[in-house]
Order: sequence, then C-alpha cells, then structure tokens
Amino acid sequence: MAELIAKTPCDGLLPITSETVSLTELTPSAITSFMPYKGREKAASTALKKACGMALPGPNEASGTEGARAIWSGRGQCFILDTGVPADLATEGAITDQSDAWAVMQLAGAGAQDVLARLVPVDLRLAAFKPGQTVRTEMQHMMASITRSGDTSFDIMVMRSFAKTAVHDLHEAMKSVAARG
Amino acid sequence: MRISNKGLIDRSTAVSFTFDGKTVDGFAGDTVASAALAQGRKVFGRSFKYHRPRGVMTTGSEEPNALVTLHSGAAQDPNIRATTQEIYEGLQVRGQNAWPSVDRDLMGVNDLFAPFFGAGFYYKTFMWPGALWEKLWEPMIRRAAGLGALSGEDDTSRNEKAYAFCDLLVIGAGPAGLMAALTAARAGADVILADEDARPGGRLLLEDEEIDGKPGHVWAADITAELMGMDNVRVMTRTTVTGAFDQGTYGALERVTQHIAAPSDDMPLECFWRIVAKRAVLAAGALERSVAFANNDRPGIMMAGAVRGYLNRYGVAAGQKVAVFGNNDNAWKTARDLQAAGVEIAALIDSRSDVTPQGDFPVITGGLVSDTRGRGALKEITVQSASGEQKIAVDCLGVSGGWNPSVHMLCHMNGRPAWDEATQSFLPVDNMVPGLAPAGAAAGHFSTQAALESGINEANQALTDLGLNTTDTKAPQAEDGAYNITGLWEVPHESKGYKRAWLDFQNDVSTKDVRLAAKENYASVEHMKRYTTQGMAPDQGKNSNVNALAILADATGRDIPTTGTTTFRPPYVPVSLAALGAGARGKGFAPERFVTSHQATVDRNAPMIEAGLWYRPSYYPRPGEKTWLESCNREVISIRNAVGVTDVSTLGKIDIQGPDAGAFLDFVYTNMFSTLKVGRVRYGLMLREDGHVMDDGTTARLGENHYVTTTTTAAAGQVMKHMEFVHQALCPDMDVRFISVTEQWAQFAVAGPKSRELLNTVLDDKIDNDSWPFMACGDVTLSGVKGRLFRISFSGEHAYEIAVPSRYGDALFRDLVSRAEVLGGGAYGMEALNVLRIEKGFITHAEIHGRVTAFDIGMGRMVSGKKDCIGKTASERPGLHGDHREQMVGLKPVDAGQNLSNGAHLFFADDDITADNSRGYVTSVGYSPTLDTYLALGFLENGPAHYGKKIRFKDHLRGIDTMVEVCNPVFLDPEGGRSRG
Repeated sequence: MAELIAKTPCDGLLPITSETVSLTELTPSAITSFMPYKGREKAASTALKKACGMALPGPNEASGTEGARAIWSGRGQCFILDTGVPADLATEGAITDQSDAWAVMQLAGAGAQDVLARLVPVDLRLAAFKPGQTVRTEMQHMMASITRSGDTSFDIMVMRSFAKTAVHDLHEAMKSVAARG
Repeated sequence: MRISNKGLIDRSTAVSFTFDGKTVDGFAGDTVASAALAQGRKVFGRSFKYHRPRGVMTTGSEEPNALVTLHSGAAQDPNIRATTQEIYEGLQVRGQNAWPSVDRDLMGVNDLFAPFFGAGFYYKTFMWPGALWEKLWEPMIRRAAGLGALSGEDDTSRNEKAYAFCDLLVIGAGPAGLMAALTAARAGADVILADEDARPGGRLLLEDEEIDGKPGHVWAADITAELMGMDNVRVMTRTTVTGAFDQGTYGALERVTQHIAAPSDDMPLECFWRIVAKRAVLAAGALERSVAFANNDRPGIMMAGAVRGYLNRYGVAAGQKVAVFGNNDNAWKTARDLQAAGVEIAALIDSRSDVTPQGDFPVITGGLVSDTRGRGALKEITVQSASGEQKIAVDCLGVSGGWNPSVHMLCHMNGRPAWDEATQSFLPVDNMVPGLAPAGAAAGHFSTQAALESGINEANQALTDLGLNTTDTKAPQAEDGAYNITGLWEVPHESKGYKRAWLDFQNDVSTKDVRLAAKENYASVEHMKRYTTQGMAPDQGKNSNVNALAILADATGRDIPTTGTTTFRPPYVPVSLAALGAGARGKGFAPERFVTSHQATVDRNAPMIEAGLWYRPSYYPRPGEKTWLESCNREVISIRNAVGVTDVSTLGKIDIQGPDAGAFLDFVYTNMFSTLKVGRVRYGLMLREDGHVMDDGTTARLGENHYVTTTTTAAAGQVMKHMEFVHQALCPDMDVRFISVTEQWAQFAVAGPKSRELLNTVLDDKIDNDSWPFMACGDVTLSGVKGRLFRISFSGEHAYEIAVPSRYGDALFRDLVSRAEVLGGGAYGMEALNVLRIEKGFITHAEIHGRVTAFDIGMGRMVSGKKDCIGKTASERPGLHGDHREQMVGLKPVDAGQNLSNGAHLFFADDDITADNSRGYVTSVGYSPTLDTYLALGFLENGPAHYGKKIRFKDHLRGIDTMVEVCNPVFLDPEGGRSRG
C-alpha cells in the first residue's frame, strides 16, 4: 500500500497568537510512559539517568532539559519526552508508547499565566510555579499536564481527542486577557 | 440638586443617560442613583408586594429600593442597584416592577388591600382547593409580585471565570483595608485587595474628614497608587467578595464592562473569581440601619450616612430642606456636613435626651419621628418630644438607627456573631472562619483612627502566621471620635389602620408582620424569617435583620442575644448564573472528543451521535437514500455479504504490565486471564463490588506480563478508576502497572466475509486462517508502520480490529474505506453496528444498565468457580439469581411486518395490562435486514423457560401493542461459524 501520511494532533489548529501570548504545537519525537515496578523506584531512577540523562522526577517535578525530559504524570508514573527509551528499561518498570496519545502545546509570552488562570484551578503564579515544576490538573473540563518550561512559557498536554476544544478554550482565554490589557 | 465645590465627580466630563426614557445629565464618576437624585428624581422603584413608591436609601450594594433594569433584548439585566451602577454615555435604565412606570404605577392598588396581605397571607389563603395552587394562585402571585424580569431570550453575553492565589486577601478598601493591604505588601506578602467600588477608599469617599492632614479621599488615592505600583499587589476594583468557603477559598464577582459604553467583544461582562488565600482580612465596613416608625419608607427618607455620602462624594444634596433623625453621635455628622455645604437643616432629632446640642441648626433631643406624610415623596414629618407633637416640612430625612458591622462573610461557615451592648450591634467572635480576621468597622472599630490601626494589627498577625517579617508601618493621624449610641428600634404608632413601620423594604415586611408571626407562635427567629419573608429578598436582610429580630425580641419578651440571628449565607451580593457558569454555555458545557477519522467521516456527510464526550458517526448516507434506515440497512447487508469499516478508537484501552498482571486481571474480571495464551484475546466480564455487572470487553495478551484490556466507550473512565481503586485499596502488594493507551491507537473494525481480503491489501505480511485464527492478536506492519491486529468480532462476522498510532488514523481510515468500497462494502456507523450486534445477541450498556447480574444476561457460568473476583461473593446473595429474576431473551414479532420499540413492557398473553403484571421490559430494538424482521432484546421473568412462548409487547408511550415470540437472544448464526470462517 501507499505510505500512510502522519498528522499531528493540532493539525490545522495552531499556531495562534494574541497581543503578547502565543500558542504553538510541540511535536516531541517521542513520549514514553514509565512506571517503575514495586520496589524498583531507585533502580529505575538510576537506569533512567544512565539511559536518558535524567533521574526519575518526584511528584510535581520535571527533570532533564530540552531534548530529553521526564515529566511526572501521576502516582508512580512519568512521561519521557523527546528521547527514545532503551528497551532494557522495561525490566525496571512498565513502558508504553504515548507518542500519539497527547496533544502538546506551548503557551508562551508575557501574561501566559493570566491566560491559564482562566482555565486552570491551581496556583500557576510565576513565583509559585517555577521552571521545572509540573502539575496534573484540569483545564476547563479536560484533564491536563502543565509544566513550566521557561521564563514565561508553559507546556500543556491534553489527550489527543481534546485538541480542538483545548485550542478553542485557550484561544478564548487569550483573547479575553488581551482585551483586558 | 448639585452643590458646587463638593464631590469627587469629574465636572469637566458630562455624561448623559436615560431613565425610563427621560434624559438624565450627570458627570463622570456618578452612579445612576447620584445623577438621578441630583436631577430631582425621588421615586426609583416600586416595592415588591404592595408596589409602594420607593426612593434610594443607601449609597452601596446593600440598596433595597433603587433596583433598575439595564438594556433590553437578550442583554436585559434586571435588579441592578442604581447605587452601584456607574453611568456612561447612552446608558439606558428602566424602572421595574411597575406599570406603566415607577412614577405612575397602577399596581399600587395592591397597597389598598394591605390589611389582607399580612404575614402568612399566602399560607392561609391559598390552601384551598389544593389543585388551584399550581394552576391559579401561584402564577397570579408571581405576576403581581416580583422584581425585574429577564427578556426570555438566550443570554449572549460573554462571561468569564478565573482563579487567583495570594498570601493575603483584603476584602474591602476602606481605611482598614487599605492599611492592612499596605502593611502586608510592604512586608513582601502577595496581596490581593478587592473592593466592590470602582474607586478604593470606602467610607473615606463619603465622609468629609482628614487623614494625616489630607482629605480622606486623597489619602486613599495616594495609598492606592503606592499599592498599584508594587509587583506583589493586585488591586481588584468593582470586585465584590461574595463568599467564604473551605480552605481559604473565596468567591468574588468582578463587574468588568458594566460601566463601559462599547466594550471590546472579547471583554467579559463579569468575571467570577475563585480566590485562594492563605490568610484574609475582612475590612467590609458597616452598614447603617433604619428605625421603624410609621411610613418610614417614603421616597426622600434615606440613611443619614447616605445623605452626607451623596453630598461628599457626588456633590448632591438629596433635599433642599433636610431633617436628620438618629440615636447616635454619628448621625450628627450629616447635619454638620449638609449645613456646611449650605443645605438647610430643618431639624436634628436625637432620640437621646442626654446629649449636648452642637451645631447651628434646630435640635430636638429626646425626640422621635412618629409619622410622615407626602404622596410620592416626603413632604412632612411628625416629631414627638417632651414639648409635644410638631410637624416639620422637609423633603429629605436622614435616619440612623446605628451601624451593623458587615460580619456576613464570617458567618458563611456557620459562625455566629455575639451581641455587643456598647455598640448595640452583633460583633465577630474569634475564629468564625479559619484564616479570616475582621478589621475596622466590621470588627466594631468605628472611628477612622481605630480602623486604620486594626488594619495594621490584622495584617501583622497574618504576616506572623505566614512566617513573614513584619514592618513597622504606623497608622496616620485620623478622626478618633467616640461612637455613642442608645438602642432605638421602633417608634410606637397606633396599631390600627393602614400605618405601617417598615423593616424589610425589599420584601415589604413591617413590624406588624413580625409581631403577628410572634403571636402565631413563629417565635424562633428562623421561623419568623420564613413566615414573614423578612431577609429573604436579594439584599438578604442587610438593611433589616437586626431591626427585625429586635422587634421579635420585644414581641416575645426576650432580649436580643437570646433571640439570636438568622444565618447569613453566600453570596454577599446577587451573582448572575451567567457569571457562575461562565464558559459553559453551548458547546462550553462539555469538551468534545474527536477520533482521527472525524474529518473523513464529516466529509462523507455522516450525522454524528454523542457517546460520552465522543462524536461517532450515526450512518454514512449515500445518494438516493432518503432515510437513515435505508443507509443502515445497506450498511448491515454489506457487512454480512462483503466488508465494512468503522472507527472503534473510542473504546477504552488499558495497558496492563507487570509480574502480577494476570493475577490482577483474574481478580477484577469474573473469568480467567492468567491462563490466556500469549497472542490470544478473551472476552471478559467485570462486576461491581455489589455483584452486578459493571462492564465487558476483550483483553489481549501481548506478552508474558503484558495485556491490553478494552472497555466500552462510555465506561472507559469508570473502569480505569475502578482498577485504580482495586489496586491501591484492595491489592496494593500486586506488582502491576497500568495506564490508558486509548488515545495512542487509532483502531478500526474491519468486518465481513471479505475482511481478510481487504486487510491483505494493506498488511506488509499477509495473513490466513492458520496464522491469524479467531481470537488471535499480534503485531503487524502496514507500509512499515507498526500496528496491532486483533481478530475479534462484535458483528458475528469474520472480523478484525486493526490499530495504528493515531497520527496515521486519518490516512488509514480513508484508505480502508475506499478499499472496502471497491469490495462492495464501505464505512458503517453506529446504527448498523447496533443492528449487527442485536442480530447476534451481544450486549451493550443498554442491557448491562447497572441492575443486572451475570446470571441475568446468561453469563452466570462466566463467574469462575476456581477463583475469587470482585463482586463474586456479593453476586451469590439470595435474590440475585433464580427463576424470579428477569433474564435476557430475544423477542421476534409474531407478525413479521410489525415494528417494535425500545422501552416496551412485556406481559403474559392472559394477564391484564397493569403495572403489577409487567413481566419484563425491552432494552434494544432494531430492524434486521438480514432476517427481514424487527428484533428485540429484553429481560423477561424466568426468560429462558419461556422460549417459544408468545407474549404481549406493550409500549404505552408509542402505542404499540402486539404479540412477540420469546427466543434465544442469538438470532443469527448461533454456532458462530461466520466469525471463525
């Protein structure tokens, strides 16, 4: 058969910008979930560090840097972004491919936290939610993962099927914040 | 009347608006109330019950009388307080609860019948006959009594909700609030200062007094400017904190564009904030209360503090000949300020005899205002004193019965304030709301100096609690007069006749009503409130609660502390549902979930149906097909004869791994999965802990310790949650990990005798019946893309489900459908899917609706005897199995042309059609083009025992009454040869 054409989750939806804030799609080369098995957390962290360069992130933390990041994503669970995960890590914990399961967006620019304050019920003030911190929360009615990725940038993950609603809700909040000046 | 050189309005900016069509000229900084008062308007509204003309009484959000409606059409906004609505050019304001206008209201005739409309009137009058209540009395009363109305059109306004967080929330920006915010902000705390006014300052804007040698409003502006210049402070004006909730959460309503003539379309009308604060200071001030005397509700009778407030803030004299009536020192300020501005003070009447008159105006000590006259507006007051009765001509009377600290927010978690004799008011007690401390007048500190100091103290306490260093912010010099008061609640008046002394202006409750309630033994304050409706109007009794319970105390021979208060509940001010539900209108109600094939399906004009949050195709219409049934029939036939493709990605997929994965599945499912071979799929049934069926689906074993379980679309979240609960709470020692992979895979069912033929045109390695038998699964590749193939069937046909990473979903779906069309089939939707599974007797949540057991659906034997599982013991309880149970059966019409319907009830042929005789009900119905008859699935008492029997099928709703034959629910291919072929 002919080659299958790939589409990103936010295909045709992004980028959008308001006065100071932009919303763009991120396309990490891979997203892998990693859940250490019982009693293997330390060994899993060591193995992850050896394989990908960053330790297992604690609750509400992200480890690593651009190019290879691990984002805490729930109890005993993290997502490894951008870098492939060697198969032998599977002896330390359960691994699944999540590369196509998430729409990943970056909201960036002055006032990005004010946009999120319209949709997210947790404290994302720049002083309270520092680079390298992450949270699993809800955005409007969607469950989301939000990570402070830079000075004024937040990386947002929602399940792929929610992409259109997520972009719509973020866009409405961006317009509202921009209009308020 | 405007007074020159007074007020904080901007006289260089004229602003005009209309009130009931008449132009009102005001200035920037005016409210509807101040501008209309300046122009001489007396009547602002009509009372709720008796349609009595009422004028403005206050300057704030507590206003009971001056309620108006803004705009018209969809944007119509009723019950807006004229005292808080800022004016802008072109604003249109209308009076309400009156016809034809508030000035000439024909409904005022109600007042003539007042003797009949006392407390409990409705309860006593409309008890008989019962049937008339809903049909006649209730609609009639609703029409006659009421406030403003909505347009009936869909609201199109944009609203917003938002969240905020801070160390210290300061509620109210009067002297105490400004000082608290400043103290905390200078110490580095993250501060939110919220005030419902457009301009911070609180009472300082309404009084003529100095702080540190500056006019109070200038000092307030200076402090505000300092605060706004700090990065750690957010000043939120036009924002009313409406409630205190658990864990330091506060609700707040921000009026964003109500004061702007033509705001940007992207600006919200209102924003409802949820503010989470580590500590909060309630600096909400105090509200002045009235005194109950006969006819104390005429337009022109206002709160004394409001009379001088209109003068000092807006440069408006509310009358040309003004009297002041009070029982405290504070009331004297009104006379002094007005006289200083050149307004004639006809008299100051103080109920106390032991005060020394000060000021160059007539003073009557030991005097009481006992009655008033003036139709439409105040013309004369009657004063009684030691020197007898005298009548004084006035057009405005300022009344002060004292001040009630605004303790409302402190009561939102069931705290009760305590009565204080010295201030004749209810004061806060400690820890009414955790983390919320009252300051200033709200705490009973009535002088400006005391308010400033208490603001500092409470902020410092909060800083200490938060572990922050305090600074040595000092209070500036300010007014520090004593607040002397002697309680005065009611001026006695003749009890006969029409004269009433009003307590609750908004709900038209008078002292007579309260006394009647007490007489009829509604003596508890909560009973009195409900019997008289006192305090139940939009102002929540802000103006009347304390007065009413004082009257009740008197009527019942108790004192005020024993009588107690009613409960203050959120919200502090009325909040529109549009603001509370911001973002939830239309599609905002719930997010939409789209599969990767969505656009391809829309391109084929398929109507969508919702399954949970997902959108799935109903059917794929083709040219010439006039009804959905034609399309559905064609799709069913094409799958039975060729091949069809549909998107099944919405089914939940849970990836389960770990050494104990098999044991875990054995525990959550009724049947065994630890014995399943790698590369095979098995159907499974899951019970709730109460033994009833929760969900069903297939589980594939991909590796020794690796399974993928599928759930139904609607129950995906529920099953995931259930598994989390079981693992965390019931078997935490099991070494198993699971995660949803629903969205990772785009998965398509390929069903029909030509399904393998189709798949072999896309798979890199061809399959046959030996390499991929029924219930096999494994990895495949398509053009190099790794996918998974499962040979499972929900249609009873030779069928597969093929999964690829979602990024390829759109491409693969389009490809599969066009290949299916070449083979004589095509895409199919949920209607056809439903018919196919009914023909096979497969269940959905129409059957496993929460009240059925495995036994009921003929799967009792799937509950393995070899092991325990969730719900097994509970399912063995007496009553959950046996002949008396309604069990699943198939139903076929005796007359093949007869249509059947869902929801019908089943009766034995000889039984009467009564509810008692119902033997079961119908859960699924479809027309089978394969068998050319309607088919139904349903539940029948002892069902399998009745196979072959003809019973009655009765749908009362749709009027279908026919005979059906009971049969095995598997109508087609009971041996299952097709799926194995």
